[in-house]
Amino acid sequence: MKKGRRNFLKIAGISALGLGAKPVLDVFASSEEDAVVEAPAEPRIMRGPNAMTAPQWAMVIDTRKIESHSDVEPMIEACHKIHNVPEMPDKKHEIKWIWETEFKHAFPNLAGEYMSKRVEHLGLPVLCNHCENPPCVRVCPTKATFRNSQGIVMMDYHRCIGCRFCMAACPYGSRSFNFFDPKPHIEEENKKFPTRMRGVVEKCNFCAERLAVGRKPACVEASNGIMAFGDLHDPRSEVREIIDSNYTIRRKQNLGTRPAVYYII
Amino acid sequence: MPSNNQKLYDKDKVIAGLVIFVVLATFPFWYNLGKAASAPELELTDKAKAAEKCVRDTQYMRNEHMQLLDEWRDTVVRDAKRIYVNERNMGYDMSLSNTCLDCHSNKEQFCDRCHNYTSVNPYCWDCHIDNPKEAK
Amino acid sequence: MLELAIKGSKKYYGWLAVVLAVIGAGFVTYLWQYFTGLGITGLSRDVSWGFYVAQLTFLVGVAAAAVMVVLPYYLHDYKAFGRITILAEFLAIPSVLMCLLFVLVDLGQPMRMLNVIFYPTPNSVLFWDMIVLNGYLLLNLVIGWNVLEAERHGVHYPHWVKPLIYISIPWAVSIHTVTAFLYAGLPGRGFWLTAIMAPRFLSSAFAAGPSLLILLCLLIRRISNFDPGREQIQSLAKIVTYAIILNVFFFLCEVFTVFYSQIPEHMDHFKYLFVGYHGHGALIPWMWTAMGLMVFAIIMLVIPSVRRNEATLAIACIAIFIGTWIDKGLGLISAGFIPNPLHEVTEYIPTVPEIIITLGVYGIGALVLTVLYKMAISIKEGEASA
Repeated sequence: MKKGRRNFLKIAGISALGLGAKPVLDVFASSEEDAVVEAPAEPRIMRGPNAMTAPQWAMVIDTRKIESHSDVEPMIEACHKIHNVPEMPDKKHEIKWIWETEFKHAFPNLAGEYMSKRVEHLGLPVLCNHCENPPCVRVCPTKATFRNSQGIVMMDYHRCIGCRFCMAACPYGSRSFNFFDPKPHIEEENKKFPTRMRGVVEKCNFCAERLAVGRKPACVEASNGIMAFGDLHDPRSEVREIIDSNYTIRRKQNLGTRPAVYYII
Repeated sequence: MPSNNQKLYDKDKVIAGLVIFVVLATFPFWYNLGKAASAPELELTDKAKAAEKCVRDTQYMRNEHMQLLDEWRDTVVRDAKRIYVNERNMGYDMSLSNTCLDCHSNKEQFCDRCHNYTSVNPYCWDCHIDNPKEAK
Repeated sequence: MLELAIKGSKKYYGWLAVVLAVIGAGFVTYLWQYFTGLGITGLSRDVSWGFYVAQLTFLVGVAAAAVMVVLPYYLHDYKAFGRITILAEFLAIPSVLMCLLFVLVDLGQPMRMLNVIFYPTPNSVLFWDMIVLNGYLLLNLVIGWNVLEAERHGVHYPHWVKPLIYISIPWAVSIHTVTAFLYAGLPGRGFWLTAIMAPRFLSSAFAAGPSLLILLCLLIRRISNFDPGREQIQSLAKIVTYAIILNVFFFLCEVFTVFYSQIPEHMDHFKYLFVGYHGHGALIPWMWTAMGLMVFAIIMLVIPSVRRNEATLAIACIAIFIGTWIDKGLGLISAGFIPNPLHEVTEYIPTVPEIIITLGVYGIGALVLTVLYKMAISIKEGEASA
C-alpha cells in the first residue's frame, strides 16, 4: 500500500513539474507491475502532491519598484500569453486579465489635483482582486463564478450563461466579456491551456492551474520582484511579512469587498 | 346510444391527407432503409496501443467517458483537485487536452468518427484545443 | 377561447401581418447575434448592459397596469374597474413575456439559460427576478383566462382563483422591487446605489402602465363595439397623475441627495446624463426631453379640465409613456456604467441590429397583446349585444 502511494506521489510530482500528463503515463508504464499489485480500489480524486494551498491567497504589488512601462509589460505579457487572452481588434470588446493603468484610475477616490509626481505618472498593474467578500460571486445566478477553497474567485466557463451581472457588480472593472469568438484573435495559442468561447465572462484566475503544480502566478514570476504572492493567513508568509512591515492600501476598501491584492505606493 | 348513421365527410380528402401525413412522418425511415452507416472503426495511435489501458477500462470509457469528463471538469475547476487516481492506483492529470488527447492525438479518427456517427456535437473543442502536440 | 382570435376583419389580419413581419425581422437578426455573438450590439466591456436590459426594466413597469386596476377592484370593491380588469391583466402578460425575452436575447449563452434553475442561487437577485417574473406571468395568465372564460359563459369564476388574485397584488409589487434590487445592491455603481431605486421603479411603473392602458382603452373604443368606459379611464387618469408626480418627486429627492452631498461617485452619472461628463453626453437631449415630457404631463394632468378631456388626456399619457421610457429604457441602465468604476468613459449607443431585435421582441409583445385583447373584446362585445 505504502509503496503504491509513494510511487504515485513520485509520479504525480514529476508530472506536476511538466504540467502535462506525459510523464505520468511514461513513468507509470515503466513501473506498472508495482502499481497493479495493489488491490483494485475505488477511483478517487485528489490534489497534486506539489499543489500549493492556502486559505486565502494574496498578492502585494510594490509600485515603488516600478520605474517605467517596461517593468509592467512583462507581467501582462506572461499572463495573457499562457492564458490565451485574445487581442480583440475593437477596444470596446477588449479582454484583459491584468493591465496597466494610472493611479487616478486604479484609485479614483484617492487621487487628487496635487500629488507626488512619481505617483501621478505611475503606471501600475491592476487585476482581479480576488476579494474575500466578492460582489460578483454574490450576484451570479448560476454559481458560475465562485470563491474556491483557496480564496480564489474562479470562473466556471462551462456554466456561465453570459448574463454579465458579475460585470455590473465588480467595482474594479476586472471582468471581460467575449463579445465574439476569441479564437481568431489569439496570436499564439498556448495548447496547454483552454481558450474561452463567445458569450462567457472571463477574468484572472490567480493562476490556479499553476498553483496546482506548485508554481506561483505567471505575473509574479515575470514581475522581477515587484509582486509578491502568498498565504494571507500565514504570518510567516512573504506577503504577510511585507504587509506587516509596510503601509499598504487596497482598491476601494470602503466598499467592504476586502480585496486580496495589496499595493505599496 | 349507438348511432348507425355516423358518416365520414370528405372521405377521400381525409384519407388522402392521412396517407400523405403518414408518408411524410415516416420519410426518414424508409428513405434511409438499407443505408445504415456501419459503426465506425476507431483507430488507436501507437502511443494509445502501447499504453494498453486507458484511465479506466475500455468498456467503461466507451460508455461513460462523457460522465467521467464531466466529473473531471467540475472537480478541476470547482474543487481545485486535478489528479484522478483510478482503481489500479494510477494517477492522471485531469485534462482533456493534456491527458486524453496526449494519447489519443488523432482526434479525427478517434473522437470525431464516433461523435459524427452518433450525431453528437460536444462543445468541448470550442475551448479545449484539440491537439496539444502541435505546440512549439 | 383562442378561436375568437382567428376571426377578424381584414384590418385585423393586416395588423397581424405587420406585427409578424417585424417579429420575423427581429428573429432573423437575433439568429445573426446568436451565431456571431453580442458584439453586433453597441455593448462594450465598460457598458456591459444596454438596450435589452433597459427594455426589461421599463416593461416590468408596464406590467404594473394590472395591479393598479386589480387592487381597487378587489380590495376596495371599486366596481367600475370590473369592466377593465381583464384588459389590465392581459396587458401584464405580454409585458412580462417581453421582459423574459429581453433577458433571453441579452444572454451570451442562451442555450444554458436553464442553469439558473439547475444551480439555484438564492443570493443572486437575478434568480429571484426569474421567479417573480415567471410567477407574475403565470398568475395573470391563469387569472385572466379563468375570469374571462367564466364571464363568457355567464358564470362566476372558480373559487380557487380568488386567492390567486389576492396573491397577484403583492406579487406585482415584488416584480418592480426585485428588478430594482438587480441594480440597487451593487457596491461599485454609485448611480444605482440608492434605496429609492425600488420606490422610483414603482412610481414610474404606476405612471407608465396605466398610461398605456388608458391609450389602449381609447383605442379599443374607437375600433371595437366595446367601450371600456369613461369613468374607468378617468380613474386611471387620477392614478397616473399621482404616480407621475411621485416619480418626479422621488427623482428630485435623489438629485438633492446626490448633489448636496457632492460625492463624485454619485454625481458623475447624473452629470453625464444631463450636462455631460468630460465632454461626453450622448444622452443629454434625451434626458432633458424626458424631464420636459414628465413635467409637461404633470401640468396637464393636475388641471381637471385638461384631464377630463380625453383628447388632452391622451396627449399627457403619450408624454408620460415616452418620458418614462427614455428615463428607464434609455438613461437608467447605460448611465450606471458611465463613467466606469475606473472613472473612464466609454459611451454606449445601440446599433441597428440591436434595435431590430428589440423591435422584434416588442413585436412578439404586440402579437400576444392583440390576440389576448381580441379574445377579451369579442366576449365583451358579445355581452353588450346580448
